[in-house]
Amino acid sequence: MNRYLFKVGTQTTSFLLRSNNQVFRSFSTEKKSILETIDQQVKGNPLVLYMKGTPSAPQCGFSNTVVRILEAEGVGKYESHNVLENDELRDGIKKYGEWPTIPQVYIKGELVGGADIMLNLYKSGELSKMLQDAGIIKN
Amino acid sequence: MYSIIKLKNFKPVSTHLSSRFFSTIVEEPIKKSIVEKLTNKFTPSHLEVINESYMHSVPRGSETHFKVIIVSNEFDGKTMISQHRSINETLKDEFKNGVHALSIHSTTPLKWEMDQSVNKSPGCMGGSKKEKEKKNNNN
Repeated sequence: MNRYLFKVGTQTTSFLLRSNNQVFRSFSTEKKSILETIDQQVKGNPLVLYMKGTPSAPQCGFSNTVVRILEAEGVGKYESHNVLENDELRDGIKKYGEWPTIPQVYIKGELVGGADIMLNLYKSGELSKMLQDAGIIKN
Repeated sequence: MYSIIKLKNFKPVSTHLSSRFFSTIVEEPIKKSIVEKLTNKFTPSHLEVINESYMHSVPRGSETHFKVIIVSNEFDGKTMISQHRSINETLKDEFKNGVHALSIHSTTPLKWEMDQSVNKSPGCMGGSKKEKEKKNNNN
């Protein structure tokens, strides 16, 4: 894991040039990997949606389906991330969820599914139950 | 009057010919490999692989968006997410080769017999186009 970044800033470089052949390494403070960031997001929030676009302006029919379902379930505010704005996140979430497509919905840190599964859970009434159990919506 | 009749007679012949011509030149290698792999892995009693790329803002003839309807005994007793996971896993090469949306309707023969309704796929909202533009800009 590349947890450390080797930082060569302009100042460091000029210092290097002046101090003849002296090897100088400067480790920046530990940079969080995208997987760690995602892990914190999904575990730190009851419901997280990774989607294309935003809840107010979805840019993919499947993402839109999920937004509309959450709306219909009465989930007011939830954390969402737009993968179109961040290529690292877009690849990262596919790895993290071991799931090749977007959208992805996480409830209490667990991947619930994409648009197909959400739609099925919504239609069968299971989603309501899951959201209630997670304390996201009230009975 | 004569011209209308003539036109009416002419039309079916022309569409017939063009559709025959069309079907001989259109090859869908990715669709073919999806069908093969799913057939080998799940020995489904019913399988439909539908190229829905035309519903999205990708070039004509693309193989990027698919819908799979699959009925197999293999899914008996498995949760929906694990059914979808095993299908995604089976098709991981196709995802690497350009497929980026796969809508899955998986079920068991018993359930399929009781309910053959399949959710309609949502229309495009421009996400694919935006991604493509972004890619082009990066290049």
